[in-house]
Amino acid sequence: MTHATVPRPRETPARRVSVFLSTHPRARLGLLLSAPLFWLGIVYIVALVLLLVTAFWSVDSFTGEITQEWTLDNIVTVITGSLYQTVTLRTLGVALAVTLIDVALALPIAFFMAKVATPRMQRILVIAVLTPLWASYLVKAYAWRSVLSQDGILEWLLAPFGGSTPGYGLPATIITLSYLWLPYVILPIYAGLERVPDSLLEASSDLGGRTWPTLRLVVFPLVLPAIIAGTIFSFALSLGDYITVNIVGGANQMLGNLVYTNVGAANNLPLASAIALIPIVIIFGYLFLVRRTGALDNL
Amino acid sequence: MTETQPAIRLTALTKEFGAVTAVDHVDLEIAAGEFFSMLGPSGSGKTTVLRLIAGFEQPSGGTVELFGQDVTKRAPFDRDVNTVFQDYALFPHMSVLDNVAYGLRVRGLGRKERNERALRALASVRLEQMAGRKPSQLSGGQRQRVALARATVVQPKVLLLDEPLGALDLKLREQMQVELKQIQRELGITFIFVTHDQEEALTLSDRIAVFNDGRIEQLGTPAELYERPRSRFVADFVGTSNLFDADRSRTILGREGHHSVRPEKMTVTRDGLRQQGVVDVPGTVVEAIYLGSGVRLVVDLDDGTRVTVLEQNDRGRQHDDERGDRVVVSWHDDDVVPLGIEVLPGISG
Repeated sequence: MTHATVPRPRETPARRVSVFLSTHPRARLGLLLSAPLFWLGIVYIVALVLLLVTAFWSVDSFTGEITQEWTLDNIVTVITGSLYQTVTLRTLGVALAVTLIDVALALPIAFFMAKVATPRMQRILVIAVLTPLWASYLVKAYAWRSVLSQDGILEWLLAPFGGSTPGYGLPATIITLSYLWLPYVILPIYAGLERVPDSLLEASSDLGGRTWPTLRLVVFPLVLPAIIAGTIFSFALSLGDYITVNIVGGANQMLGNLVYTNVGAANNLPLASAIALIPIVIIFGYLFLVRRTGALDNL
Repeated sequence: MTETQPAIRLTALTKEFGAVTAVDHVDLEIAAGEFFSMLGPSGSGKTTVLRLIAGFEQPSGGTVELFGQDVTKRAPFDRDVNTVFQDYALFPHMSVLDNVAYGLRVRGLGRKERNERALRALASVRLEQMAGRKPSQLSGGQRQRVALARATVVQPKVLLLDEPLGALDLKLREQMQVELKQIQRELGITFIFVTHDQEEALTLSDRIAVFNDGRIEQLGTPAELYERPRSRFVADFVGTSNLFDADRSRTILGREGHHSVRPEKMTVTRDGLRQQGVVDVPGTVVEAIYLGSGVRLVVDLDDGTRVTVLEQNDRGRQHDDERGDRVVVSWHDDDVVPLGIEVLPGISG
């Protein structure tokens, strides 16, 4: 019998490193996580903490320098100032409207993608949903500016039916933001629906559940975490936006505009930080509410 | 609805997926109260037939009748049949009780009423103490029983079971087989059971349809299928068989056509039985496998035909055969089953 002999592995330095790592799990973990932890810890968390801290400092109105003395003035201004209250409510309203519209649009699209379309169609649709993300945010916002203008395509389409474009303002802002964040809402819901086995839908139907009970009692509870993940995107991104409202929002301001003005023109970083805390607090409030409903228990 | 109506009648049922014909003009009648199995290898169309009966697929042709009523065009929720799914398909976000009560809930029953009935159904599978748990906290066998309770609580006329024991280990499987049979007897409803496990089908069923290539190859009681397989496929798929093609049938058996002999119908001795109506063929032992309850011997007959013999491990066994031993394989003429005259690609044992 002729058996080809299998050569023994050679002792290379790379092999010695592998042997060391395979016998030292801690070293392995350290090597795996040190770079991301450095990024997350130093670059990300520290920047956030600095923001938080800056909100409690103030600006010397004479020199324009930041004085590092603890004060609650900025926080009080932001909470009590009627301008900030109005803009906060407006921003919140826009973010909620955008989120509702996006969920309403994303649910049927995602359901079609995950449960109805053929595998080939599914791939095409995923690409179609992702394609707009390749284009610049600015270009898309300006495209909507032209669509929504008085002599734009929307006016031309609606005029024969007695309608007209909403023009520039909050409705235009909501429409444009809904468009911009829609892919971020579709994708998690699509992924969530993909994970729901078809047999569960069949089981519901088999047991006598028509379309609506099946959607309400089986599909909806199972994709709720995915829907919430999607709403966190659209909600948080809308809360922080200031460019879209600049382009199609007419004279309206959102929280982002106030931050921008205070960092730039007004040169008041502490106040800007205090304003920036508002969306952070709102998002935390939202997450807390979501947690309370138990929607994340099935994650 | 009369007693004489079959529970299920399939007429020229056909299902095509693109160019593939998964179910090819199947005609079948299943009597009320019958434990009926559809047996076949994967891809033979048995599961598709089940899904056509349940209504998950629409047939390309033919009809499905349920107690004389044509339900071919009806949605699954409009058919009086329920399914126990292969993966159980329990709703992961609901408690065991809510899972079982689901069918009653979508029928509009009040919470109290449906919970009572669901608890009773759970009690019938001895799981009432698990009512508050989530499906993920149950073992495979328990999930299986919940799925059974969920499907039977809505009192279907026909219960469809899609390889329900496939995911269980052997001991649990055998235990669940007994339980299934008991439940079927208690409920008195028709069970249609899909499996690729021939032993399971033989154990459980009143009648079995053996599927191959989208058609029913043979339909009969377990004994009929096992004792009198009508084709090489059935002889080979239901149990193991020693198959003799036309040439070997002529030289060894002295008969025309193809034939099969079951391994347990053959005996191995040193000198042959030398009796009227018994065929004695000399050969050499190639493999002797101890099975506990018996011994499986692989013997090469002198003309090169390889046969498998199953010897019971009883006092009748006089000696231990080993590799290389010269022996005589004997079987009774009555145990030779004719398989028709189809063309066989070769001999398998």
